[in-house]
Parts: sequence; structure tokens; C-alpha cells
Amino acid sequence: MLRILEINLNHPAHYVSVGPFSVSTGNLTIIISMFAIFVVALFLPFPDHAQSEKHAALKSEKR
Amino acid sequence: MSTKSSWTGRVRAATLEKFEPEDLLPEVQPAYVASWIYIFGVATLAALIMLVASGLYLTLEGPAWWHTSNIGHYVNSVHLWSVELFFVFMVVHLWGKFWMAAWRGRRLATWITGCLAFFASIITGFTGYIIQTNFDSQWIATQAKDGFNAVGIGAFFNTLNTGQAILLHVSLLPLVLGGIVIWHVILVRRKGVVPPIDEAGE
Repeated sequence: MLRILEINLNHPAHYVSVGPFSVSTGNLTIIISMFAIFVVALFLPFPDHAQSEKHAALKSEKR
Repeated sequence: MSTKSSWTGRVRAATLEKFEPEDLLPEVQPAYVASWIYIFGVATLAALIMLVASGLYLTLEGPAWWHTSNIGHYVNSVHLWSVELFFVFMVVHLWGKFWMAAWRGRRLATWITGCLAFFASIITGFTGYIIQTNFDSQWIATQAKDGFNAVGIGAFFNTLNTGQAILLHVSLLPLVLGGIVIWHVILVRRKGVVPPIDEAGE
């Protein structure tokens, strides 16, 4: 069943070339993934965010 | 005799007395730390732990094992994917810290140790790629030797010398990287996590 998940890497790499720039599709995928993770990390709400804000508010009230 | 007249006293004053246990092992963090962007530092550390653990296993068993046995293939893959995740998490951590200007508030040493850890990781990663003992490592080593010779360091670091690369990868560089990472984490703990720019009133 897991055979469908296998990626055959036994061939020369595929490259994306734009003018003087050339990057393998593997590296390009990693770079795009990193940008996506960065953007998601900035905007995805943190699970404990509301609770942390409440905690900070309580703390500042005590002061 | 004053405690600080001896080197032990001076070392204690320079280290232990400056590090409050509450700073080194805090239980709570400021509210602004509750964001996914603050996760990537510890995610990098988690990937590093997996790297060291799988690397120790590979070191014990050797290339004949990791090229031929099922468990060897698995541990080799764990090591490879730990490297991939280590660099992905570290780069996202770097972007996050760069855009929040994390060197503010006398945190320059933290920023610089982070940069040093990044460069040490690249060199460690490179030596790892040239000791895979496969056609990929042969290709990388033969191509890289010309680059190293061109910049004048080929006499000190010969990428075709597999023995040198192995010793660098499994002994010297992990010690250097480990030391820098521990220093970096201690500085983060000592100075605290950098607040957002608007929070700090800057």
C-alpha cells in the first residue's frame, strides 16, 4: 500500500530555469514550503493565545 | 581569603551567580510568546536531538549496515529527514528573529551565537553529505574540492579525504556546534525572549 507514496529518485534531477537562475525542483519545493510555514506561523492563531492574554491581564491587574 | 581571589570563585562569579535558576528554567513566558513563530527555536533543538541520536546509532553500526539492512536504511532516513527539518526550522526561526530585530535589548550576543550556530551547521551538514559513501557523496566531494582549492583552503580541508571528513563530522564539528547551541540557549534564557517591537515601545 505504501508503494504509492514512494518517489523514484533514480534519475537526473528536474530543474526550473529562469534566465541565469536555475534551481532543482526539490530545492524549490523546500524553499516554497519554508515561506508557506513562515506565513502560516505568523497568522495562525496559537491554541493558548486567549488564555495567555487573560493571564497577562490578570498579572497586570495584580500590579 | 576572599572567595574571588581563586579561579574557582571567579568562574562562579562569572557564571552561576549571574544565572538565576528562575531565568534558566522558567515556568511561564510573556503573553506575546503564545505565537507559532516562537515555536521554531525549540523545534530546531528537537530536530538536533533527533540528529544526534540517529547519528550516534549510525556511528556505532557503520556504512555497510546503513546501506544494506532495513533498520540501517530507516535510521539513515531518520538522520536525513532530521537534517532537512533542522535546516527548515532554523531558517524559519532566523527569518522570524530577523524581522522582529531580535538583537534589541542587549541581545546582540544571542543573535551572533545564532549566526555562528547557522554557519557551523552548514559546515557540519556539508561534511555529512560527503561521508554518505555513495555516488552522491563522491560527486559532491570531487566537485567541492575545486571550489576549496580555488579559495586557498584545499591544503587544510581536502574533501576527497573521507577519513578527515568523517572525523570532522562525528567528533569535532558536533562538539563545536553543540557548544555554540548551548551558549545560544543560555543567552536566550538569561536575556529572555525578545518582546515585539510595539510591546517594547520602540
